[in-house]
This record gives sequence, structure tokens and C-alpha cells, in this order.
Amino acid sequence: MNIWDWYYVWEALPYLYRGAVITVQATLIAFAIALVLGLAFALIRQSNNRLVNGAMAETVEFIRSTPLLLQIFFVYFVGPQFGIVIPAWVAGIGVLGIHYAAYCSEVYRAGIEAVDGGQWEASIALNLSRSRTWSRIILPQAIPPIVPGLGNYFIGMFKDTPILAAIAILEMLQQAKNFGAENYRYIEAITMAGAFYLVFSLIASAIVQAVSFWLNRRYHLQ
Amino acid sequence: MSEPMVRFENVTKRYGALTVLDELNLDIERNEKVSIIGPSGSGKTTVLRMLMTLEKINDGVIWVEGEPMTHEQKNGAMVPASDRHLRRVRGKVGMVFQHFNLFPHMTALQNCMEAPVSVLGLPKGEAEERSAELLDMVGLGDKKGHYPIQLSGGQKQRVAIARALAMRPKVMLFDEVTSALDPELVGEVLNVIRQLGSEHDLTMLMVTHQMGFAKEFSDRVCFFYGGKIAEQGPPDKLFNEPDNERTRQFLSAVLEAG
Ligand SMILES: Nc1ncnc2c1ncn2[C@@H]1O[C@H](COP(=O)(O)OP(=O)(O)OP(=O)(O)O)[C@@H](O)[C@H]1O
Ligand SMILES: [Mg+2]
Repeated sequence: MNIWDWYYVWEALPYLYRGAVITVQATLIAFAIALVLGLAFALIRQSNNRLVNGAMAETVEFIRSTPLLLQIFFVYFVGPQFGIVIPAWVAGIGVLGIHYAAYCSEVYRAGIEAVDGGQWEASIALNLSRSRTWSRIILPQAIPPIVPGLGNYFIGMFKDTPILAAIAILEMLQQAKNFGAENYRYIEAITMAGAFYLVFSLIASAIVQAVSFWLNRRYHLQ
Repeated sequence: MSEPMVRFENVTKRYGALTVLDELNLDIERNEKVSIIGPSGSGKTTVLRMLMTLEKINDGVIWVEGEPMTHEQKNGAMVPASDRHLRRVRGKVGMVFQHFNLFPHMTALQNCMEAPVSVLGLPKGEAEERSAELLDMVGLGDKKGHYPIQLSGGQKQRVAIARALAMRPKVMLFDEVTSALDPELVGEVLNVIRQLGSEHDLTMLMVTHQMGFAKEFSDRVCFFYGGKIAEQGPPDKLFNEPDNERTRQFLSAVLEAG
């Protein structure tokens, strides 16, 4: 028996392709959720209302300190006992997005707090509204520097997608494993999946760098 | 005589146990140029920040053109001002900061246009015209498209002045606007302020360490000491024959250092 057999590489390709599509889709959708929701969390945390901002801080802390898998199980398996049935795809991507939103919100927060307080004072002195101050003055300065930090979570989330297999979503690693089980032959499929994760991570980090470069230039920040 | 442009009435400001301003009373007339001098920590910056609504006051009332700024009338009672009230009254006041606080991601022109467009609702074209005129006036007509990072300190401060003026304030506040500048750049900024004072209807309140400028430019000088106005008067009187021993000590220390 050969250590590496190209026959199995060809045979495994359709499986891996189907899995890769799911993995990439899940990553992109869940990360879009994480970006938007994370920003919302971060903005809520800046509220002057102690109650609101404290509750948000606790929520973020709670999400960050329980395992992702547990959160997915909770939504997918515990929900139906109370009559809340959520399809696996929605539950998986939703929880992934919310989980990473908690992490992203901390990155946003660091970016927001790094903006010079003088920018707020100038905005007040010019009588800009609060929403205008956020959208035109603070966020354009807060976000470009934190793109690499957000990008790390993008790649981190991508590598967490195999967890979706736990609620029967056929992402790539699960497909590779199924192929292996059907053929009593794992090495090609698992290796190919590994190569794909590597390539996707490299592409993703190149994209993150490009976005970071472009945003910093667009807003004339160093 | 009409009411003063700005009135501080028994204004007290505390930070924790520290009383920074103790029942301050100060009237500033329309178009009057007032300089504030005094030792570090005497509350000079705080006076300006309170008037710009950057700081809340603990006691007293600040009035602008006869209207309470820190408070509003509600069912016949004076209650602390709401955000809405602040936004309305604050429009009469503009401020220039020691460290410029320009928006680094916007050009000089965009810095000046932002508030007129988004607060006053001016059409873009009109705001651009107004901003360009102001930049011309401060001598930066050729720098409209420059970002703050591409400007010298003196140029940044002149953009900041133009930006504040674009909102057509009635009162302009200057907090040590030349302190962060290299000595050779101080003159260009002071020239702009001088020109503003002579050509525009503006009430001006400035904190400064430039005694020469304060003397030549102001109608009145206030010497702050220990949270109070220790002495005030026309610059000739205050600089040449001060009544207060503290004023004399402060002036001789400053003159020796400078
Ligand atoms: N946010 C703050 N919290 C606590 N104390 C403050 C705060 N801002 C100012 N102070 C204190 O209030 C006092 C007056 O400060 P202020 O900045 O008005 O002084 P100043 O006269 O402008 O001094 P300088 O000439 O050094 O600028 C100082 O003792 C200062 O330490
Ligand atoms: Mg000061």
C-alpha cells in the first residue's frame, strides 16, 4: 500500500469541494455578523448610562468565557426543548458570529479609546451631533489601526469552523473525515483539507493587510 | 446699556475636593477682548472649558446674550440644561485649542466644512466657498487640500481658527493657542488673531502667556489666582501699576522668565 495515492486525491476532491464551499460561506457570513454586531457591542459599551454599559460588559465577558461548542449546543439542542427550533445552519453561523462579535467588540473598544480625547472636544466645540461625531470623526480614526486585530479573529474564526460538524454541518474537515471513513483511507483527504486551511489563511491575511493599508491611506493615518 | 455677551454668575467648579473656581463673577461685553493670565493651575483653562460646555459647573449660572447656557427655564424653574438646549446655545461660542485638535483624516478645507454642512445644514458648495474664504483670510489659500500632518504647527493652528470661525460664533475662546508652537511660528498666529479682532464683530476671550500680546490686544486683562479673579483692569493699568501684590509677583516672575 502506497503512503500517498493520487487516485484518492481525485476521488476526495468533490467531497472537499462541497465542504470548502460550506466552510468559506460560514466564515464569511459569520464574520460579517461579528463585525457589525461587535461594533454595536462596542458602541453600546460607550453609553453614558452605567446600567446599559455594565450589562453590555457582562454580556461580552460571559460570551468570551464559555466555550464556543457549549454555546452552539445550547442554542441547537436546548432550544428545541422550549419549542425554539433553529436550523443547524442558522444556529451554527449565528452563534459563531455572536461569539466572535464579543472578541471583536474588545478590539473596536481599544481602537475607540486610542482616539485622542481632543477629537471629542473639538467635535463638541463645533456642535457636531453625537452620531455625526461617531460616524465622521471617531470611527474613521478608530477602525483603520485595528484592522489587523480584527483580521486575526477572522482567521481564528475560520479555523474554528470544524466545530460546526458537531451539529451535523458538513464543513470541510467533516467531509474529509467522511471520505476517509468510507474508503478506509484518510491521509490524502485530511492532508488536502490541511493544505486548504493553510492556503485560505494565507489569502485571508493578505486581504487583511491590503484592507489595512488601503484604509490607513484613505484616512491619511500613519 | 445692553446685557453682557457673557456673564459668569457665582460660578463654582470643583474636581472632587479641589475647588478650582470659587464663585466666579465675570461679565464680558459684546466685542470686548479679554485676556486671562495667571499661574498654572489657577483655573484659566477651566473658565474657557465651562463656557464651551466641555465641563459641567457645580454652582452658579453662565449666561450668553442674556440667556442661561448652563440652565434652562422649565415650568418657571431653572433646571440644568438638556443636551438640546446646550446644542442651541453652544453655537454662539467657538474655541481654539492649545493642541489644535484638527481632524487628521480630513484636509484643511474638509476640516472647515464639516460642521457648517452637518450642523448648520449649509449646501456643500456654499460651505466650501465660506471655508475657502476663511482659509484665504488666515493666509492658507494654497493649503486647502493639505492634511494636518502636512502642515506646520502655525499653519495647523490657523486652520483651527478658520474651522471655528466657519460656524460664525459670536464669542471666540483661545486657550494658549501659541504655547505648542515653535517660537518663530507664534507671530503668524498672533497676526491672524489681531486681524480678527480688528476686522470682525467678535467677543474674544483668551488665555495667554504672551504678555506683550495681551497688553497690546486686550481691552481688559483678568489675573486669576487661587480660583478667583485677583485683579482685573485695562492692560496699561494692570501691567504697569498693579494694585495686587500677587499680580506684581506673577508679572515680575513672568517677565524675568521671558
Ligand atoms: N479633569 C480634571 N480632573 C481633576 N482636576 C482637574 C481636571 N482638570 C483640571 N484640574 C485641576 O484644576 C485646576 C485648574 O486647572 P486649569 O487647567 O484650569 O489650570 P490653568 O490655569 O489653565 O493652568 P495652566 O496654566 O497650567 O494651563 C488644576 O489644579 C488642575 O489640576
Ligand atoms: Mg491651561
